[in-house]
Amino acid sequence: MISEQAKQRMRELAAHYPVARSAVMPALYIAQQEEGYITEAALEAVAEAIGMTVDDVESVATFYTMYYQQPPGKKVIKVCTSISCYLRNCDALVDRFEQRLGIKRGETTADGNYTLMTAECLASCGTAPVIQVNDEFVENVTLEMADELVGEWERELSADGGTQFIAPSSDQEISAPRAQ
Amino acid sequence: MPELIITKNIDAPGLDTLKGYRKRGGYKSLAKALKEYQPDDILEMVKKSGLRGRGGAGFPTGMKWGFLAKNQPRYLCCNCDESEPGTFKDRMLMEKNPHQLIEGVILTSYACRVSVAFIYVRGELALAGRQIERAIEEAYGAGLIGKNILGSGYDLEVIMHRGAGAYICGEESALMESLEGRRGYPRLKPPFPAAVGLYGGPTVINNCETLSTIPAIVKNGADWYASFGTEKSKGTRVFCLSGHVKKPGNYELPLGTPLRTLIYDEEYGGGILDDKQLKAIIPGGSSTFMLGADKVDTPLDFEAIAAAGSMLGSGGVVVIHEDTCIVGAALRMTEFYRDESCGKCTPCREGTYWLTEIYERLEHGRGKESDIDLLMDICDNISGKSFCPLGDAATSPITSSIKLFREEYEYHVRHGRCMVGDQRTQQETLLAGAQSVHAGAPAKEM
Repeated sequence: MISEQAKQRMRELAAHYPVARSAVMPALYIAQQEEGYITEAALEAVAEAIGMTVDDVESVATFYTMYYQQPPGKKVIKVCTSISCYLRNCDALVDRFEQRLGIKRGETTADGNYTLMTAECLASCGTAPVIQVNDEFVENVTLEMADELVGEWERELSADGGTQFIAPSSDQEISAPRAQ
Repeated sequence: MPELIITKNIDAPGLDTLKGYRKRGGYKSLAKALKEYQPDDILEMVKKSGLRGRGGAGFPTGMKWGFLAKNQPRYLCCNCDESEPGTFKDRMLMEKNPHQLIEGVILTSYACRVSVAFIYVRGELALAGRQIERAIEEAYGAGLIGKNILGSGYDLEVIMHRGAGAYICGEESALMESLEGRRGYPRLKPPFPAAVGLYGGPTVINNCETLSTIPAIVKNGADWYASFGTEKSKGTRVFCLSGHVKKPGNYELPLGTPLRTLIYDEEYGGGILDDKQLKAIIPGGSSTFMLGADKVDTPLDFEAIAAAGSMLGSGGVVVIHEDTCIVGAALRMTEFYRDESCGKCTPCREGTYWLTEIYERLEHGRGKESDIDLLMDICDNISGKSFCPLGDAATSPITSSIKLFREEYEYHVRHGRCMVGDQRTQQETLLAGAQSVHAGAPAKEM
């Protein structure tokens, strides 16, 4: 379910741009923030608010990798594997996370706690290897740090009782457009 | 230490706030411009400064502005979709000094008579996006954006637009498609954006670093800016140094500074990691041709790097040392282009896939002698045969590495493994949990 408040923000965004459909990407972010990923309800709400067909919205949503097509884990871990991180041994880091989390890249743990992804160059080559955890950077990551991070997440998630849903990009507040 | 322009005070606390930026002279250029200069004066100033685009192509900025068709409405798109492998300057500029960029955007919009400007920030760069958004809010609040800016009668709207994970949207026509709410497919050119761009209007598109430079040029004048750099490559730029160097990072240097200074000088790279031998340098992001170690004295300016056989590109200097298998490195870069090809043009979509397949078999000891020429042949069938430069870019690491290090490819074919480095030993060390993330040669198959 997309809240009325979210729909209102989408409509405001549509009015904010010179052409309404320019708001489709920020509107998809709003929907994803509510649903955790791009659900049928998300597509319908965006289509209605922007004045596009559902198929048209879906064609946009499926082009961009940051719109999740499946529910992601509470912790989305992206390990950069592009050239500068590669030269600084990011592959060993991916192996370590796969080992510790018991999943392969691209997978989500059965308990819904973790999604492990590899990512293209994250613009942090000077502090390689780098990972992002729910969109926040962790730089100069060593194997020891990887172990410590997994330990931290475990403690954090068990303290949460493992039930509370944390939207993967909840840190990114898409503010309502200013009144013109 | 040469004079810093774009990264001056970059680490000063509070620089990212309006107050902190103003304390260091921020928005004075804007006040001066709106009071003393006509839009064309700024255009002339930027032309005379010799500033060239910092995104990759290095096109003269003032000339680009001058190409704008006369009809209205016109638009400005600031390209902050930084994602070229090896490049990390725009992220720093946005996170640490967002108002410098906003001031550059306002000045450019004024010079180009634009009434709506967009700042397209890469989706993955969440903090940078928040910083830009907050800076826009602050600037609106202070009357620096909006109606009747600083009492000048000039109106401008600025909108931050967040990308969502697509390298292709750094290509200018794909960026406009994305801004218009579509899949990021490049457009065929011509018409160029200066004639028919965003929403069909004349559009100027500049990189984040390019626009971050404008306030300093307006403040200190074209001659001052042109006094840095070389005859044809004026000014300074931020070089993103990464890979096998002791001190990777962003270093602002005058154009024309030798690669050797950037890589070896104690103030900058501090030399090769573990004092190994330099093997190759990628001078301008992974889309530019690799250079051999013999080119280390090449000055970092557009002309000299071109004469050496590559491009200055995005300023992402990736340093590769002797223990690196070049086939493995080229495979990794090829995978990037395969994953990021938007799929619109057949040569790029299919070609990058097949290139990766061939690399995979070379890498895993199933390659054939003819594969090396096959790679070259496929590159020839991609380059220049797609709408946008992504296809061309995909071929750069391949053709240049084969040209420079063909014997390593041949070794892979004959022996089924890498010619350099001892990956097996290293992999064992890694698995033992030793801290060797910085040890150099990339890990290979287990």
